[in-house]
Amino acid sequence: MKRISPGMAVILSLLAIFALAAAAAPLLSPFDPLRQSLLMRLRPPGAMVSGKLLLLGSDDLGRDLLSRILYGARASLLVAALSVSVSLVVGTLLGMLAGWFRGWTAILVMRLVDTMLSIPAILLAVITVAVLGPGFLNLVLVLGLTRWPRYTRVAYAQTLQVATLPYIRAAEMAGCGPLRLLLRHVLPNIAGPLVVVATSEFGLMILFEAGLSFLGLGIQPPYPSWGSIMSAGRQYVARAWWLTVFPGMCLFVLVLCVNVFGDWLRDRVDPRAQGR
Amino acid sequence: MTRHIAGRFGQAVVATLGVLTIVFFIMRLSGDPTLLLVPEGATAEQIAQLRHALGFDRPLLVQYGAYLLDLLRLDLGDSLVQRTPVFGLVAERIPYTVALATGALLVALGIGIPAGVMMAVWRGGLIERALAGFVLAGQSLPTFWSGILLILLFGVTLGWLPTSGVDGIASLVMPSVALGALTMSTFARMTRIAVLDELSRDYVNAARARGLSRAAVVARHVLRNAAIPVVTVAALEVGNLLAGAVIVETVFAWPGIGQLAIQSIQARDFLIVQAIVLFVSVVYVGMNLLADLAYALIDPRIRMGG
Repeated sequence: MKRISPGMAVILSLLAIFALAAAAAPLLSPFDPLRQSLLMRLRPPGAMVSGKLLLLGSDDLGRDLLSRILYGARASLLVAALSVSVSLVVGTLLGMLAGWFRGWTAILVMRLVDTMLSIPAILLAVITVAVLGPGFLNLVLVLGLTRWPRYTRVAYAQTLQVATLPYIRAAEMAGCGPLRLLLRHVLPNIAGPLVVVATSEFGLMILFEAGLSFLGLGIQPPYPSWGSIMSAGRQYVARAWWLTVFPGMCLFVLVLCVNVFGDWLRDRVDPRAQGR
Repeated sequence: MTRHIAGRFGQAVVATLGVLTIVFFIMRLSGDPTLLLVPEGATAEQIAQLRHALGFDRPLLVQYGAYLLDLLRLDLGDSLVQRTPVFGLVAERIPYTVALATGALLVALGIGIPAGVMMAVWRGGLIERALAGFVLAGQSLPTFWSGILLILLFGVTLGWLPTSGVDGIASLVMPSVALGALTMSTFARMTRIAVLDELSRDYVNAARARGLSRAAVVARHVLRNAAIPVVTVAALEVGNLLAGAVIVETVFAWPGIGQLAIQSIQARDFLIVQAIVLFVSVVYVGMNLLADLAYALIDPRIRMGG
């Protein structure tokens, strides 16, 4: 086991901080993220209102920005984690089935994969959310069910390789059924590359959630999401820069950390890809 | 060669048909597509009337056939809000998005490729590290955030560039940079890998042994060979840029198809949204095909064989 470099330690701590902040949002938030107050509209960062500090300022409806960003982290991480899980499970299952049974199953599945990948991802998500309607659950489902093809490609190629290995033949001859074979014997051996894909997708899903919420197609007001905070703050960009700068910075740093972590993970799982 | 091209054309046709089918089913995901198209507060009678007028009361297979036939004739239906053919409404916005995507592609190519070459040539040095950080940042920047920051800095604070809308070539600068950042990172990464791959080949050593300088080897031989994978990526990125326009055009109030798509969702004018998704996807498939063909033309191994 190689030691973790100092740079990587910083990245991992930042990721832990984001996760903790999201989990402990109710404890850490100085204000109720939904409580509006006409008296504290558009206050700059550091303003004091009746003895309470607005560390990051307040928005156009007088809500505390820090509290909203903390709760927004929940939306970001929850949507990303859930949608990655959905697409990971669906994509892996389809890919393994195609790689195991080959023939028509593989042709059908891989053709569908190619077709799904011919529609640019963000547009596919936009039109599907628009048809189904916005909201947390639809967001998770749409992102999950439009992003599985990448996992399928990896799972398919890996399963094709693993399926020819002697230990799989041995297990098959020992009377192991296909489902048990795939889950118990194939899956553990193809999990590495899939986790790498999942990590890079995780960063992308955070950006997608924020982007869709920014467009008004994701988390709906008054519930906070970094994207929707920025969308509302955009109208006040000249008067209240903090409404777009702070949530955007959180988004940028979080995605940056996830991407660095993903690259690091990939180098470990596949040393040939070092530095690519 | 001919067989290779014919095969690729066949694949593109299948992909296009697949895209059309997926969009057809997505439009019917909510059960009744009529409900997407009626204005809010319509009576049951009005809904039924519209359902019949648009043919949504026919069997699904008949609807699908009619949909494909209409598309074959480039008939995308009429906008129910603006009461004019969707085709014209989308077509008049396309030049704006093409201009924006071109600007972004220029930004991405102009910065990404030199950055990638430098990262490969000066591998392991300080320059590579600095550029790697730059590339990583470009990859992690949400376009709507970088867009707003650019507006804040160059539009509001410094007043050098127009903050939004269309006002000559100057108004294209900020949207292009915001949209091109991600693609720039992709180019830099791809170019770096391609150049590194080439640098490790025997012909590089041979050329160096003949006394050519490193710079000459890179300029004359390596770049030419490394261009092949980069061309492929460039074609694919055009599709991504057109799709990314949805967000960037909203930030900068740029009147292209991305802004039209979002406006149409808000106005519940879904036939326009459908047309835009179809348009961008077909361009995407077409660019894929072009990339394959370009690949075949550049690479003699494919040109001579198959």
